[in-house]
Amino acid sequence: MLLPKFQRHFREFLRELGELSVLVVEAGRSLRYQRPSWREVLAQLYFVGVRSQSVVMTTGAATGMVLCAQTFFQFHKFKMESATGAVVSVGMSSELGPVLAGLMLTARVGASMAAELGTMKVTEQIDALRTLATHPVDYLVVPRLLACTVAAPLLTAQAVVVGIAASYAVGIHLLGISGPYYMANIDRYTDPSDVMIGMIKATVFGAVIALVSCYKGLTCSHGAEGVGRATTDAVVAASITILVSNFFLTVFLTRLFAP
Amino acid sequence: MIEVRDLHKTLGTQRVLCGTSFSIEEGEAVVIIGRSGGGKSVLLKHLIGLMTPDSGKVLVNGEDLACLNERSLLRVRRQFGMLFQTAALFDSLSVFDNVSFLLRRERRQTDGEIRRLVAEALDMVELAGIEEKMPGELSGGMRKRVGLARAIIHRPAVVLYDEPTTGLDPIAAARIDQLIRRVWGHLKVTSIAVTHDMKSARTISDRILMLHEGEIYASGPTAEILSSSDPVLNHFVNGIAEPRTAPIN
Repeated sequence: MLLPKFQRHFREFLRELGELSVLVVEAGRSLRYQRPSWREVLAQLYFVGVRSQSVVMTTGAATGMVLCAQTFFQFHKFKMESATGAVVSVGMSSELGPVLAGLMLTARVGASMAAELGTMKVTEQIDALRTLATHPVDYLVVPRLLACTVAAPLLTAQAVVVGIAASYAVGIHLLGISGPYYMANIDRYTDPSDVMIGMIKATVFGAVIALVSCYKGLTCSHGAEGVGRATTDAVVAASITILVSNFFLTVFLTRLFAP
Repeated sequence: MIEVRDLHKTLGTQRVLCGTSFSIEEGEAVVIIGRSGGGKSVLLKHLIGLMTPDSGKVLVNGEDLACLNERSLLRVRRQFGMLFQTAALFDSLSVFDNVSFLLRRERRQTDGEIRRLVAEALDMVELAGIEEKMPGELSGGMRKRVGLARAIIHRPAVVLYDEPTTGLDPIAAARIDQLIRRVWGHLKVTSIAVTHDMKSARTISDRILMLHEGEIYASGPTAEILSSSDPVLNHFVNGIAEPRTAPIN
């Protein structure tokens, strides 16, 4: 009883993976041979980048403060409080910054993209687009893909800087860590490769959010229920992809940038 | 110009088209009639390559649509304009952006020329001066007319209409019928509509095809089909429900 159900789910997973791969290839082909609609790209950049700043900065600040406090309480036992800044800096730059910014973008931007494209699908607007000799990938997917891959690393950088600044405020003014030591340890232990790894991850996560969300929207089933399901599926699938790919990216990129 | 050969399509478990065949010549005004859920819209979507047949062929000027990929189909679709049942206007764009969509994507005309063509198209559907309105501000009839303006602005060779009068009051429906006839006459297009509105079919067509149980049951001049004594045609045209044979519990 359980095995056929598992087989069905696995077959469905493989089918979706195949269709997503076709979408990736089609988007690549569009980027290579078609001139993107810059008006659409700018509109998406505004929506994805500018409008997401508050939520991403809040996430960065909250994470930096909590990480600083927790690290301080543990390091305090070994009289290593001044190393707190280094842990926060490296952790935020290479891991927490890109992952948390990616998850927040998935919730804010990915859900919206899937719902928008899903609604267009069920109201025949996607079909109308095709009758107007326009490929949906050219007009809908590529601008969102470009906007997400450009905006995600910038927003991540913003989250990391705000997170480190917030951790500095908490560490120095609330927990009593020495300011010069805090900064010196950040400078000493944060390698440019940590920042580079974080930026590469954020770029990949941006592409994942755009592609998964657009795919779920474009393949949405009929009715309001279909749009709702596509939105939920987009958030779940993009979040899981970010978390799983983060592990592999960490292993791969750390080895790549290893001295 | 358009030839459909032995078209088969199954959606889920329902066989919608079972060996549909017909042809439509350039400049004809054809209406496809049939019962609701009988596959008329599915058939129309096959004519423009929005759906792929399970088997059979749709030939447009001798080119088989099933053999073309999505990008090659875009070239073929450039010859078509389509008015959807719900108009399918892009709800985040203004009327001007909707109507000018294809021209602005193609970038063949200057902004001034595009503005003039949009004004002409809106004038043709009797909606001059509403360029800045959003689709949400329009009534059902106005949305259909804007949809029609969007479908004809690039001077297509074929215009497809999916249930053009469904959901409209009789006056708005009559106005849409007049516009369809005017577009056919002025632009010399091939006009293909699917409908179950017999009044509309009478006004906008010269020839009627009846789709019944997935096949073309009858084809002929409008007057001939509408006055046919064939029981299936007669029941459909005059809206006669078959008597219920099973007892009601």
